[in-house]
Amino acid sequence: MNPLAHLGQFVVKRADGAGFVCELLLRTALYTPRLRRRLRFMLDTAYNAGVRSLPVTMVVAAFAGAILAMQTGIELRRFGDTAVLGTITALSMCREMGPFITGVILAATVGSSIAAEIGTMTVSDEVAALEVMSIDPVDYLVLPRVVALALMCPILTVLSNLIGIFGGSVIAEHNLGVSPQLYWVSAKEALTSSGMLLPKEVYVGLLKAFVFGIAIATVSCAAGLRAAGGALGVGLAVQTAVRNSVLLIIVLGFIVTWFFYFLAG
Amino acid sequence: MIELRDVSKRLGSRQILAGMTLAVKKGMNFVLMGPSGSGKSVTLRHVIGILRPDQGVVLVDGQEVSAMDNKQLMALRKRMGYLFQNGALINWLSVFDNVALPLREHARLPKSELEDRVQQVLRLVKLDHAAAQFPPSISGGMKLRAGLARALVTNPEYVLYDEPNAGLDPIISHQIHELIAQVRDELNVTGLIVTHSRACATQCGDRIGILENGKLAIEGSVAEMVQSEHPLARAFLGGGSD
Repeated sequence: MNPLAHLGQFVVKRADGAGFVCELLLRTALYTPRLRRRLRFMLDTAYNAGVRSLPVTMVVAAFAGAILAMQTGIELRRFGDTAVLGTITALSMCREMGPFITGVILAATVGSSIAAEIGTMTVSDEVAALEVMSIDPVDYLVLPRVVALALMCPILTVLSNLIGIFGGSVIAEHNLGVSPQLYWVSAKEALTSSGMLLPKEVYVGLLKAFVFGIAIATVSCAAGLRAAGGALGVGLAVQTAVRNSVLLIIVLGFIVTWFFYFLAG
Repeated sequence: MIELRDVSKRLGSRQILAGMTLAVKKGMNFVLMGPSGSGKSVTLRHVIGILRPDQGVVLVDGQEVSAMDNKQLMALRKRMGYLFQNGALINWLSVFDNVALPLREHARLPKSELEDRVQQVLRLVKLDHAAAQFPPSISGGMKLRAGLARALVTNPEYVLYDEPNAGLDPIISHQIHELIAQVRDELNVTGLIVTHSRACATQCGDRIGILENGKLAIEGSVAEMVQSEHPLARAFLGGGSD
């Protein structure tokens, strides 16, 4: 096959995959009025997602906050302005790092497990069994998972933000000589000094986390539903789910930031 | 009545069905045999509307399955049961909950009535003692019987059986065959059975058809097929088969 045909095949395959994810998202949205029937399963999924990813999210968030404070603090110290370290760490965590870290960890832990679970169901005819019972797999399998992650991602993000800011405070005190009181006052001011209850950064960060949760669950369910060919197919579905989730987290994160800070002011 | 008229289907680069024509009359068990990959399971999936033919029509009670929209397909599937090769039970639901699933989703029965109905079909397949167990902890034969109970719980008019004894020992296979015959005789359910097994075909079937090159090569009553000198009939139903 010539390279152009290869490229064409690649583009068609990717477009087909993207179309399937969009269709899945739309169909899931249409089923949301039926969520009450799936409430118990949704809460179980949300609980499992939270418990499974909480420890690693907290560890990574603590170190991310510490790194952020360290890198920023080194530069601020050159200008003698370490007093704003708390502000910068808090806002960066809330706006970007918290949702990003949480999203990536959810994709790696929960997204991969969703793709494996649904992929195994697909290759062992369990999804087909639902269809022949007139049960739409989107309603039964996808909807509770999408709602669960849409809820859990913002909750975990709030915890990530707090732990990240705390991680920054440890570095601020021990390596940069910023007193904990100064750091926390500065962070608190940054997170309350707004006409709104919380500053825009917090809301934008939570919106990002909400969008990431939906994206991770939808992409992972889509990968699972398209699995074929036994164990190998399930492995490929997991790989696809994690790769596409991380890709979407970065692209959607950029789009949300661009929209709120450049397009909508 | 289930009918396939001149159905063709290509999957990827392979022509699976090529002019397949088949009629299953009400109240009978029709057994579909044929070499692996000859399109037996694909035929079943056309009947229940998971696959649509490239050419030809699939009819159930005169309604064209291949032309149905999603809503019509859902209505049709509520009148049908499907037994998958391995039972295809949902792993995180108990046997009871697996069997109750179609009723909980569609029937809106009072709890006690639902429980009675589920217990009734579990007794029919002799699985009432295992209602609380989960699929990973039960044997292949039990999974199949649970799958059959799930297929029967909605009182279907038709049940499609996809290799109902694949991977089972002769004793468990015999129990499954008896159950399939019992379902036809006592519940008047029409069956379309895909199998490689001579025992299954002769014990459960009323008519047998053998597929070759994407269409029925030979068809007849069980007695006719067992006595037939056609090479395919000898290969699948001769004394040394099974």
